[in-house]
Amino acid sequence: MDRAAVVFKKPFSLGLLLLILIVLITLPLYVPPYLVILLTTILMYIVLTVSWTIFSGPTRYISLASAAFFGVGVYTSALVGKVLPLPLVILAGSLFSFILAICVGLLTLRLRGMYFIIFTFSISELIRNFLLWWETTMTGTVGRWVVMVDHKVVYYVILVIFILALLTAYLIRRSRLGLALRSIGEQEEAATHIGINATMVKTITFAISAFFMGATGAIMATKWKYIDPRIAFDPLLSFLPVLMAIFGGTGQLYGPVFGAAIFAYLEEILTTRFPYYYMLLFGSILIIVILFLPHGIVGLVQKWWKGGLGRRNATS
Amino acid sequence: MFSTVLDVVITGLIMGGIYALIAVGLSLQYGVGRVLNVSHGEFIMVGAFATWSLYTLFGLSPLLSLVICGPVLFVIGFLIHRTLFQYLRDKSESIGAFADSSLLAFFGLLFIIQNLALLIWKADIRGYTYLDSSVSILDAVFAVNRLVALLFAVVISLAFYLFLTRTRLGKAIRAAAEDPATAQVMGVNIHRVLAICFGLGALMAGFAGPLISMIYEIQPTMGLEYTIIAIIVVVLGGLGSITGSLIGGFILGLIGSTVTYFDAGLSLIAYYVIFILLLLIKPTGIFGK
Repeated sequence: MDRAAVVFKKPFSLGLLLLILIVLITLPLYVPPYLVILLTTILMYIVLTVSWTIFSGPTRYISLASAAFFGVGVYTSALVGKVLPLPLVILAGSLFSFILAICVGLLTLRLRGMYFIIFTFSISELIRNFLLWWETTMTGTVGRWVVMVDHKVVYYVILVIFILALLTAYLIRRSRLGLALRSIGEQEEAATHIGINATMVKTITFAISAFFMGATGAIMATKWKYIDPRIAFDPLLSFLPVLMAIFGGTGQLYGPVFGAAIFAYLEEILTTRFPYYYMLLFGSILIIVILFLPHGIVGLVQKWWKGGLGRRNATS
Repeated sequence: MFSTVLDVVITGLIMGGIYALIAVGLSLQYGVGRVLNVSHGEFIMVGAFATWSLYTLFGLSPLLSLVICGPVLFVIGFLIHRTLFQYLRDKSESIGAFADSSLLAFFGLLFIIQNLALLIWKADIRGYTYLDSSVSILDAVFAVNRLVALLFAVVISLAFYLFLTRTRLGKAIRAAAEDPATAQVMGVNIHRVLAICFGLGALMAGFAGPLISMIYEIQPTMGLEYTIIAIIVVVLGGLGSITGSLIGGFILGLIGSTVTYFDAGLSLIAYYVIFILLLLIKPTGIFGK
């Protein structure tokens, strides 16, 4: 692509981003509370999806452990929420997820493809089942109450996490780390041969993505008031980020953002009234996307864009 | 003491028989097609609910439903593979890319089947009584339906094993699993064989569903648990090995019944722990090379 176009585009997209940011920050001042709460949930899914894409997008290691990292955040919030101030609670949640991810990452070094997918899924299911068993037989009570926080505070916290996650994802993409991750995704053996420490690169990125998931869990717990292992470690929380990211397209940074935003909005308006129809629709869209849109909706839009503007350049 | 041990062993064999049955189906689908069918449990669930409906509405014997459910699910599985997954396979750049995209497509299938079932049968837990008189074997008491289920599971698994090793089609399937490209050169119609394999996996699910509905409670969301058990058994026996899956099923069943004897809530946890340890220590399975 020619340089002039990039230079020209930059101030424009930066201005657009700033505008969106200002709208998001001032939103609670003039919209009704239910919209703020809706937006909080949408942002939650966007953060989960963007963090999932940080690791799984370039490396093509499909992780189904999102629920584990999210759930660890939720449980941290439930356990220390009463004694620590909110910023520390969120930090604690993220750090515990970060540490868990390092452990999982180091354990799964040898696993690839299918093995990695089912391993990550098993880890989060193991934690969920263990906690359920622990609460029913050891403590005798299933579930916990979480200290409530005002919905505007929840919104601003998740907005900050969202901006940080997006910024991190952007910086990683632009850095040597991002390049290393992509080369691991292309051909891991070749990547190690040119001197990339694949183990370290994978583990650290996995942990960074878990960090944001943990933070999200910690703040979302305060919105839910009551939590139990089934809510905190819901396997759907592992599947949804994968599907939202692929629906949006993992090739671009904004792909997962759009994918998550569209899906989360659909979920919010459909689940309460037609839960089964929502999941039915969800499954159908998933199959259609897999079959016909391998690069997600962003890929589709780009194709149209190219087809309309630069057919001569699109031959490569 | 002796009757307790016998009780645990027979219960383990019954669970193991069911596990082996559902695992061979999944193992065949993975071994030949390299697809991990996470909607396998949904096929089992459909079989179980069809049996429940036929029994409560028309009084049809579950053992007769078994003969109906199996072939019907075979045809459905065959068609799904022939359309959806054949298209996906032809379109994929590599076998690895196909494995990933097909996994996601199976998740889609899982959501579709499960929520259709929730719409049709509602989210309630169902069950019925069939052949629930009891027999005692050396002081240990068992319900007849459990023993019948075990017998059927063993007979079907063995028949399936013999089919794969002794018949012409079975050999074509194993050739396709060994080396798809060469098998194609040798005149094996790979697309048809893959679809048949997938259908056979669904057939096993269609046999397992009615048996499960005879002895356990069923609900539309039960599928994933059976899928996970099947995956654990398949990895335990070595990915793609049919013999390994058969033996692995019984091993896991015996472990399950032993753990359940001490604390029923721990059985699923024990499965996951075994599975995770297995993946870490010997991902090729206990019979793997």
